[in-house]
Amino acid sequence: MDDKVVKEMNLVPAVYECEYDKIEKKPTRDGFGTGTAEEGRENKDVVVLCGDLADSTRASWFAKEHPDRFIEVGVAEQNMVGMAVGLALVGKIPYVSTYAVFVPGRAWDQIRISVSYGNFPVKIMGAHSGISVGPDGATHQALEDVAITRCLPNMTVIVPCDAEETRKAVRAAAKLKGPVYIRFHREKVPVITTKDTPFEIGKAQVYREGKDVAVIAAGVMVFEALQAAAKLAKEGIDVRVINLGTVKPIDEETVIKAARECGAVVTAEEHQVMGGIGSAVMEVLGKNAPVPVEMVGVQDRFGESGQPDELMEKFGLTSKDVLKAIKRVLERKSA
Amino acid sequence: MGEESGSAASVVSIPDDEQFDVTKEYSDKELALIANTVRKDIVRMLAEAKSGHSGGSLGLADIFTVLYFRVMKHKPSDPFWPERDIFILSNGHVVPVRYAVMARAGYLPVKELLTLRKLGTRLQGHPHRGDLPGLETSAGSLGQGLSIAVGAAYGLKMDGKPNTVFCSMGDGELQEGSIWEAAMAAGHYKLDNLIGFVDRNMLQIDGNTEDVMKLEPLADKWKSFNWEVIEANGHSIKEITEAFEKAKAVKGKPAVILFHTKMGKGVSFMEDKAEWHGKPPSIDEMKKALEELQETEEKIKAGEVM
Repeated sequence: MDDKVVKEMNLVPAVYECEYDKIEKKPTRDGFGTGTAEEGRENKDVVVLCGDLADSTRASWFAKEHPDRFIEVGVAEQNMVGMAVGLALVGKIPYVSTYAVFVPGRAWDQIRISVSYGNFPVKIMGAHSGISVGPDGATHQALEDVAITRCLPNMTVIVPCDAEETRKAVRAAAKLKGPVYIRFHREKVPVITTKDTPFEIGKAQVYREGKDVAVIAAGVMVFEALQAAAKLAKEGIDVRVINLGTVKPIDEETVIKAARECGAVVTAEEHQVMGGIGSAVMEVLGKNAPVPVEMVGVQDRFGESGQPDELMEKFGLTSKDVLKAIKRVLERKSA
Repeated sequence: MGEESGSAASVVSIPDDEQFDVTKEYSDKELALIANTVRKDIVRMLAEAKSGHSGGSLGLADIFTVLYFRVMKHKPSDPFWPERDIFILSNGHVVPVRYAVMARAGYLPVKELLTLRKLGTRLQGHPHRGDLPGLETSAGSLGQGLSIAVGAAYGLKMDGKPNTVFCSMGDGELQEGSIWEAAMAAGHYKLDNLIGFVDRNMLQIDGNTEDVMKLEPLADKWKSFNWEVIEANGHSIKEITEAFEKAKAVKGKPAVILFHTKMGKGVSFMEDKAEWHGKPPSIDEMKKALEELQETEEKIKAGEVM
C-alpha cells in the first residue's frame, strides 16, 4: 500500500496497492483510435487523415465508424498536412495521423508555416514515437518530435501517459482553437489512469505526494517514476511524482511549487533530453526556482534495433534509471 | 535606417485611392485600367518598402484583377462569408499584387499599402493569416499552397457546397515535390471544384526555368496527373476570363491554367529580367515606371491596348 499516491487522482487500484505487475497494458495509440471515434460521434466536423498507415496508427478505428470522414492520403505526408490546413479553412477539425518521424518530422515546414503561423486547428497525431518502437530501428524511432513542435508559436504539445489519457487528450484537442501535437506509442504500456482521473490541457497532475524530490515525467515514464517512488518509500525517501501531460503550455505553477517544496527535481522522458520535456522544465526552473535537476532521457544519440524492453534498458529509460537519478540529485541537494 | 524610411515616406504617396465595387460588371477595358492602377500601386509599395518582389507581382496584376473583379465570389465587407470562393496564394512572395487588388476591392484602405513590410503592419513581407481578413493562409515557403487548396476543395465537396477553390502558383515553384503530391491527390479525388493556375513567366531567381530545372513538357505533366490543362495569355483580360470560364466548366477532374506571362509586365526595364524577381525599384526607377504606366493608362483609355 502506498498512501502517498493521491486519492483524488482516481488512478487504477493497483497503483495504490503497489501491484505494478497486475496493471493492464494497452498501446497508447488505442487512445487515438477510440478518442477520434468517440469525438466523431459528437462532432460532425471531425475528420481523420491517414498516410497509408490506417491499422498501425488506429486511424482505422475512426474509419470503420465514420467512413465518410476518413481521408486516405497515401504516402505523402507534406500533402497530408497541407490538406488538413485546407480542411480546417472550410470548418473541419482535421486529425493528421502517421508515424511521428514523418509528421511532424518530414512535414515540419508545412507545420511551421501553414499550420502554426496560420494558426489553424490542425491536430497532429504522432504515432510510434520513442525508442520503444523497437526492431524498426533509429529511422522509425521519433526522439525529437517534442522538441520540434514545442518551439513553434501557437502549438500545444501533449504527451499522454497511457491509452486512457491519450483518449482524453485526443478529445480535448478537438475543443482547442489552435494546432495541437499529441505523441503516442506503439507498444503496450500500463494503463494507470481511469476515466475519472482528472485531465486538463495545460495542467500537470500530482499523482504522488512527496517532499524530498519531485519527478516530473511524461508518457510512459510516469509509470516508471511511480515504481521508483514506491521502491524509495521503503528507504524512507519521499518522492513526489508529477504527470506533466501537457508539455506546452507548461504548468509553471505546479513545476515551480514542486521545485520549491522538494528542492530537487528529476525529469523523465522517452525523448532526447535536448529540447524535450526536461528542457521545458529546466526553462521554467532556471528562471524561477533553480534547484539541482537530473534528466532521464535519450542522451544525444540515435536509437537502434532491438526489443522494446531491451532498448528501454540500454538507453536508460526504466524505473531503475529514474531511481538512480533520484539518488544522484539527492546527493547534489545535500551537498 | 529610420532616417532613410522617413525620407522615402515623403517621396512615395498614392494620390488616387479610388476603390471599386466588386459586384459591378466591368468591361474588359475597365478591368485593364484597374490592373494598370494595381501595377502603379505595386511599384509604389515596393519602392516605399525598399524590398520585395517586383517581377511576379507585376506579372500577375491582370490575372488577380480578373479574379477579384469578375471571376471570384467574395465580399470585401464580409471576408469570412461562408459562400465565398477560396483563393489560396501558394507563391506567397507575390503577395503585393494581392494586397493591392484587395485594397482596390475594398478589403483595406489604399493608403495602407504603403505600410508593406514595415514594423507592425498587417501587410507582412509574405502573407500572414490573421492580420488581414481575406488573406486565407500564411505562405512563403514554396510548394505548400496547392495541398491546402486540395484540402479545402475536398472539405467543400464533403459538404456538397458549391464554392470554388483557386490556387495561384509560380512556375519555379513547381520544382517543389510537394506540389506534385498535391497534384496527384487532386486528380485522385477528382476535385472539379479546384482551379489551379500557374504564372508561367519562364523565369526564376537563378534564370530561365528550363536552364535551372526543366519544367517542360509542363502541360503533359499536369495531364498525366489527371488534370484538365488550359493555356492562355495572362495579360489579356479576355483570354484570362475565358480560361477561368473553361476551367469552371470542367467536370470530374481538377483544372489548371498555364498563364503565359511576362515577369515585370508593364515596366519595360523589368520585363523578362530574372534580376527583378526579388528586387524593389529605387525612387528614380519608381518614377520612371509610373511614367510608363501613366502612358499605358492613356493608351488603354484610347483603346490602343488592352
